[in-house]
Amino acid sequence: MGLELKNLYDDFRDGDTIKAYAKIIAEDAKKLKKPISIMEVCGGHTHTIMKFGLPQLLPANVNFIHGPGCPVCIMPKERIDHAYVLAMQADVILVTLGDMIKVPGSNGSLQDARAKGADVRFVYSPMECIKIAEENPEKKVIFFAIGFETTTPMTAVLVDQVIKLNIPNIFFHINHVTVPEVMVELIDSRDVHVDSYNNQIDAFLGPSHVSVISGSKIYDKFPRDYGRPVVVTGFEPVDAMQGISMIVKQFVEERCELEVQYKRVVNHDGNLKAQALIEQYFEKMSLFRWRGLGNVPDSGLKLREAYKAYDAEVLYKDVLPIAEIEDHKLCICGDILRGMAKPQECTIFGTACKPTTPIGSCMVSSEGACAAYYKYGNLI
Amino acid sequence: MTKTITIAHGNGGEENNELIKKIFYKNFENDILAKSEDAAVIEDGKLAFTTDSFTVSPLFFPGGDIGKLAVCGTCNDLAMMGAKPKYMTCSVIIEEGFSTRELEKIVKSMKTELEINGAIVVSGDTKVVPKGAVDKLFINTTGIGTIEHKGITASGLKEGMSILVSRDVGAHGATIFAAREGIELASSLQTDCASLYPQVRALMDSGINIVALRDATRGGVSAVLNEWAKTSDVCVEVREESIPVQEEVRGICEMLGFEAVDLANEGTFVLCVNKEDEPKALEVLQQTHTTSAVIATVSQQHKGRVILNSSWGTKRFLDLPTGELLPRIC
Repeated sequence: MGLELKNLYDDFRDGDTIKAYAKIIAEDAKKLKKPISIMEVCGGHTHTIMKFGLPQLLPANVNFIHGPGCPVCIMPKERIDHAYVLAMQADVILVTLGDMIKVPGSNGSLQDARAKGADVRFVYSPMECIKIAEENPEKKVIFFAIGFETTTPMTAVLVDQVIKLNIPNIFFHINHVTVPEVMVELIDSRDVHVDSYNNQIDAFLGPSHVSVISGSKIYDKFPRDYGRPVVVTGFEPVDAMQGISMIVKQFVEERCELEVQYKRVVNHDGNLKAQALIEQYFEKMSLFRWRGLGNVPDSGLKLREAYKAYDAEVLYKDVLPIAEIEDHKLCICGDILRGMAKPQECTIFGTACKPTTPIGSCMVSSEGACAAYYKYGNLI
Repeated sequence: MTKTITIAHGNGGEENNELIKKIFYKNFENDILAKSEDAAVIEDGKLAFTTDSFTVSPLFFPGGDIGKLAVCGTCNDLAMMGAKPKYMTCSVIIEEGFSTRELEKIVKSMKTELEINGAIVVSGDTKVVPKGAVDKLFINTTGIGTIEHKGITASGLKEGMSILVSRDVGAHGATIFAAREGIELASSLQTDCASLYPQVRALMDSGINIVALRDATRGGVSAVLNEWAKTSDVCVEVREESIPVQEEVRGICEMLGFEAVDLANEGTFVLCVNKEDEPKALEVLQQTHTTSAVIATVSQQHKGRVILNSSWGTKRFLDLPTGELLPRIC
């Protein structure tokens, strides 16, 4: 009997186990000296927390702050406009991942571009670009790459294949970003865009899939230099509850450490082969502008100089818009991301700003905090 | 409304409803259309009348093809109004270059399905268009049926009633997505595409009073429950763990980030009955599919909304699916 897919989630959704952790957390939380706010950095965690209703199981002195870890949400409008402009080029097939095609830029979303005749495709695996390129030799296939450390290796493998197989018609628009840099920004920023001194973040839940690639080592500095515990945690409800319980225990026992809840996969070093591949093709951008947060140093990746022949941002620089586009004045996504406000405190939440007509970053993808609040509601 | 139509406007969810209301209902306005049932009830409640167009990629998929879909879809809409499918029309729009053999295969499977329903095609039309004007083959079918069980309506739900599904949910959507994404499955996941009249007939024969009945096509079970909750102004409370979902479907949902209740079905219906009819209804349904189950009760807690109760005591709203169903990113 091999491992079946259901083995990967069945036990981690067990009602009794979830209830047992809720009890442990409630008991431990009584010993907390002050309320704690835990930031789940990743949108996937936000989704888990809201979908499985976990806040309903937690005592009043344990709170969540929903972090910026949703690759679609953090994309500034000018980069969405890049995707739109590229898609509208006559000889281009624009390929991207999932939700990205729904996000509105200043001219509309990629869905709108498709309705106007642009060839826009969404794929589950970037490797499908190779098939698309083979079937359309007269077209330029541009992979609009998005995502954190989790999806970067897949893009790196595609770059690697394009070079090794000498595929002439695949190009890249890179929007990969990294987790630790934005975490630093949220708790210790000296940037004009971000005033993080009033942040309410006491601890972090680290996303497990990021550490599958990068290891838990990327968080070493948070307990050490910034006094914030980190627990690298899986995405099933039992995982999340255990991760929260581990954080609460650290506060009760007055520890401040990096711990791994998701030990079934994550180790300290991560996937060295994937890291080497990323290192080979990508380098850090000095600044990447995050929607809702502004410029964050060293948080974005771009193709190395040696591969600029594959870089759509270089090839199409004459047609790509460069002006920065600010979000709506009433949008408070920046405050939500720093834990200073909850989605329902926003005056346009659920009225002018909805999943079908998103105005701010946290509403654009199903993994954004506002979208999760809107979709699953707050029943209790 | 947005300035142009996007794929999201055909999703069976929120945007789809907006399109229908703001453009079609506004201009075609009449009392029969306004009821917005699966099929229109005409001639003093004697006949049910409906139409549906079919476009699916790929045309052939595990457990069915576009032809089977085209007959099931329309006949099921009739059956969902308690009607026996009788007469149908069949119009096809064919792309230049389409294989004659494949066309015949598709029409043969329409024939098989017509026989199951006891219906006949009495009129039809064919159009051939230049390459690229349609994607291979589009089929439209219209059907008329005689109503055998009166009073089935989406507005009939009342507190205390029970809601059942006729089998495990999401098989069609999952099959299509797996085929599209090229996910190779070790097992034999098939679409649920099937004619539902025989099951509806069995329910009627057993003397059950059918309150509401709807096949959970685009938008899945979520769309049906939300529509019922709104139309009847009641709350539908679902017990999450009681929703039957095949392992393979769950696996695909986990991989791609979908919920089985949002996925389309082509041979699965949702049924609302009085509490006292629940055991009998379940018994009848289980004769066809052992996976059929009672999944929800009607309450007054949050009128117009659907609530999902988890086995660990938390609650959340189950909304209409919005936008295009897109696989998750990471």
